[in-house]
Amino acid sequence: MAYSTVADDTRALHHPKTWVGKYVWSQDHKVIALQYSVTAIAVGVVALVLSDLMRLQLGFPGALKFITPSAYLQFMTMHGMIMVVYLLTALLLGGFGNYMIPLMIGARDMVFPFVNMLSFWVYLLAVLVLMASMFAPGGPTGAGWTLYPPQAILEGTPGRPWGIILMLASLAIFVVAFTMGGLNYVTTVLQARARGMTLMRMPCTVWGIFVAAILGLLAFPALFVAAVMMMLDRVIGTSFFMPSLVSMGQQTNYNGGSPLLFQHLFWFFGHPEVYIVALPAFGIVSDLISVHARKNLFGYRMMVWAIVIIGALSMFVWAHHMYVSGMNPYFGFFFATSTLIIAVPTAIKVYNWLLTLWRGDIHLRVPMLFAIGFIFTFIHGGLSGLFLGNVSVDVPLSDTFFVVGHFHMVMGVSPVLVIFGGIYHWYPKITGRMWNATLGYIHFWVTFLGVYAIFLPMHYLGFLGVPRRYYALGETTFIPHSAHLANEAITIAALIVGVAQLLFFYNMIWSFFRGPQADPNPWGAATLEWQTPQTPPAHGNWGPTLPVVYRWAYDYSVPGAPEDFIPQNVPPDGASRHHVT
Amino acid sequence: MGLLRRLTEKPWLTPGLDPLTEPGAGGARSLSAAAVGLRVYFGVASVMFMLIAAVFIMRMGGHGISTGQQPDWKPMFWPPLLWVNTGVLLLSSAAWEWARAAAHGGRLERLRTGLVAGGALALAFLVGQLIVWRQLEDAGCGITATTMSAFFYLITALHGLHLLGGLTVWGRTTAKVLGGGEAVEVRQSVDLCTNYWHFLLLVWIVMFGLLLST
Repeated sequence: MAYSTVADDTRALHHPKTWVGKYVWSQDHKVIALQYSVTAIAVGVVALVLSDLMRLQLGFPGALKFITPSAYLQFMTMHGMIMVVYLLTALLLGGFGNYMIPLMIGARDMVFPFVNMLSFWVYLLAVLVLMASMFAPGGPTGAGWTLYPPQAILEGTPGRPWGIILMLASLAIFVVAFTMGGLNYVTTVLQARARGMTLMRMPCTVWGIFVAAILGLLAFPALFVAAVMMMLDRVIGTSFFMPSLVSMGQQTNYNGGSPLLFQHLFWFFGHPEVYIVALPAFGIVSDLISVHARKNLFGYRMMVWAIVIIGALSMFVWAHHMYVSGMNPYFGFFFATSTLIIAVPTAIKVYNWLLTLWRGDIHLRVPMLFAIGFIFTFIHGGLSGLFLGNVSVDVPLSDTFFVVGHFHMVMGVSPVLVIFGGIYHWYPKITGRMWNATLGYIHFWVTFLGVYAIFLPMHYLGFLGVPRRYYALGETTFIPHSAHLANEAITIAALIVGVAQLLFFYNMIWSFFRGPQADPNPWGAATLEWQTPQTPPAHGNWGPTLPVVYRWAYDYSVPGAPEDFIPQNVPPDGASRHHVT
Repeated sequence: MGLLRRLTEKPWLTPGLDPLTEPGAGGARSLSAAAVGLRVYFGVASVMFMLIAAVFIMRMGGHGISTGQQPDWKPMFWPPLLWVNTGVLLLSSAAWEWARAAAHGGRLERLRTGLVAGGALALAFLVGQLIVWRQLEDAGCGITATTMSAFFYLITALHGLHLLGGLTVWGRTTAKVLGGGEAVEVRQSVDLCTNYWHFLLLVWIVMFGLLLST
């Protein structure tokens, strides 16, 4: 039995016997995925509210009295960290990864279900520790999401008493949770694929999550090490990162530490993190476009290789976040070059998405709209990344709103659009019910146009030199009146987009209880997750026998086929095939 | 070669059951999922310790003194007990290897002895490391005394925590064997634990060597 794996063995599935075993201490990958998703989205809503509060301060300075300069910095820090780590990473890998990997590769579950369960509960602990910092004396840390020492742990920075300690502890706990999850995702893909599911027959979603999980396993240790070291600096008084300095008129006991070391560690995690978020999004969007354009993915092999190459290159570009921190000019040249090289495989992906759409039988359903919206925002965010990748252009634009506009477009809005697209796409399979299309369309258009209204003007503000992270701009000569007007407009757009998300939540919750029954495969998709015997898939996913895979994931509009798609588990009929890629 | 062939497969051309990779697929999966998972974890832990080593070397190289500060290196006291501890960890690894051979040969008595010795020696190593910590503090080389001692405490703590994690699996395995379990039941656990112990021995030797040589 060459294919015998843990996931094959139904005895290892720990069939739950109680309600608690089924929905709380569950070892079923689907339940864990939903637990991850709900937690991540809940904490993401907190971050969304924080961003709107920040925007209110920026658009209408002083209008809300409780937003003090300290509070503003705390909102900003928590917003950034929650969005990047606790929402995007957790939702794309813990949520989508958990749900999709076993179903898409034809396994019954993850290979280590108990560790998988543990991963979620440790993640929840990390979230709770982080949230606890909001109620701790001194409030959460206001060090900025990059937590740069020395200021992050010195007197005067908001949240110095407890906030920074809880933040660092939470991050370390998160890394433990991620490692348990990541080991599962990688091992499951390697070991538990159904018979016939070769690596190159895996859907791009699985490829994206697989490579992102590997990246995470290599990058998160840097965050762990940085968090532990800074914790020791803060709590015990070591000097890993803390130089000899005077704080509040007092000579501190720190001596000889290097803040730059922290920056290296942080960005050694921080840059791959961008791709930990982006690669699953790339994969999901590839599948969404192919399914809803009824066309095979253009250049599938190239798409897979691009994911792998982007993942590998992303480990060698971290210092482009540190151009203004001071480094040997040759390093700047190296990191600028490696950064720009990433544009090549990334551009290949963008072209291939467009060529997949080309002459496709495009169905502009809600998931497809979000996928196409992603292509727009990702191209815009990617192109501004080319600006910032160059040292000479980056230096004047550093710490301006241009950077805020750039990274929100490329790794904020883009993955979030894919997440929405993915949720709309797989909702019928996950719940067995269909959402309301009208609400979905309104949600898409308000969100899509709204994010442009928010982030496009920020590039303009950045060119003017408007600095990021400032509580208030005040009266300065280099900032014209138009910048203040732009800030007001951005704030209004941000509030509208924020409120528009209620449509999404209403749609999802209402449809869960009242939505019409969904077809088991409403989009006519070829991938395995749509071929389960039950909808939603039951515990163990596949009934008594595992599926056998006979073809790749993109057999759409095959000439001569009775339908415009052929599921992966349909045996060949012997007919000759001349499939254009 | 197998991986390259697989990654250059043209999956759209060849519907059917494993047209290209059927023979290789079985070979790739001859490892158990736990073995693969452990290897992946070795990668994670290696990255973590390598990053600490890199930070240590950069910090040693005066990365933080570019602003005109004086180097903060002070002489470090290395308790002789560290050498004994290293020997104990080495013996612990050897005991595991012995247990592995016994598990594969089905010799239950030897397996029991090997398991008990492997675990006990690992525990002795951890106790020894705690004593070293105490000796360092008594000698004025506590965690905040010098940068070298700060790194030493950090590295030994993380290494010790890894060993503690291994000891939980050791506890379960040993309980099974002492409770009348057969050798074949624990063969995989013993295999993986042995690899894990060797890995931690290697990490310790490299990190200890790095600290000593600086």
